Amino acid sequence: MNMVGDALQNTPSLPNGSGAAAILAAGTGAFALAVLAVAADKWTQLKPALSFYKPTGPLSGVTTMAIVAWLVTWALLEWRWRTRTVAMARVNAFAFVLLLLSILLTFPPIADLL
Amino acid sequence: MIHGLGFGGLYLLAFSGVLVDLYRCTASSNSSPSSPAHARFLKAYLIVMVVLAWLAVLTGAYVVYPWYRAAAPHGTVDLSLYPQRLLMASPTTIGWHSLGMEWKEHVAWLAPISITMVAAVFIRYGSDLRNHLQLRRAVLGFAWVAFLAAGLAGFLGAMIDKQAPVKGGATIQLTQGGER
Repeated sequence: MNMVGDALQNTPSLPNGSGAAAILAAGTGAFALAVLAVAADKWTQLKPALSFYKPTGPLSGVTTMAIVAWLVTWALLEWRWRTRTVAMARVNAFAFVLLLLSILLTFPPIADLL
Repeated sequence: MIHGLGFGGLYLLAFSGVLVDLYRCTASSNSSPSSPAHARFLKAYLIVMVVLAWLAVLTGAYVVYPWYRAAAPHGTVDLSLYPQRLLMASPTTIGWHSLGMEWKEHVAWLAPISITMVAAVFIRYGSDLRNHLQLRRAVLGFAWVAFLAAGLAGFLGAMIDKQAPVKGGATIQLTQGGER
């Protein structure tokens, strides 16, 4: 009886798709933030377009657009994966690579090399 | 004060508890499951952390940062009301802006994005996370990133404020000619 109970306890009751969508979207949002930050720094003509709130300057547009990219990606992936079981190891690897790249790209000495 | 010590400080303090609790709640498929009341408490705790993280970055970007980057009018000698200009005026402090603030203003946003994902996944899966090894790994990894990004931003903010305090005031100078 205990073995049956343990087996039931170790069986996931929900598919991993929903979690995978949230994880990959978070990595994508972080990466979008870093790419937009580098773009705003490199292309001066982009700065006025990204200054959604003048006192904050381009940072307001960079962060707003990154949040929009993150939430749209999350909604799309959730819609596609909600009821599915996906290859989680690959999703994790991709999400963590995006997260690592975003940390590196936001570090000014590295961004300045581009 | 409200941005750094209030929202940011409380968020970082809350982390010591949540990292241990998240690990305990989801650590192993062989460990004893947490009670529904405990899972409910952790969900509420994570929601409070998400709110604190967003309040910290939003007040930072839209309340404190405009004061920090205010432009000094032509001929201003005393730059104490213009922290960015004050830091950039000396080769010994320019690094606090060009490295410190430029990294902080972007890396800080990884914290609310990551902790929102952690909270959303925990709320959806609860203690069923113990049966999803890869999901669990990602949640704990992103939780660490949310902690480290906030810690880094907090440290840089404190050091920058020590060098050139943001004092605020009734108006924000947007350009060298005009004010708002």
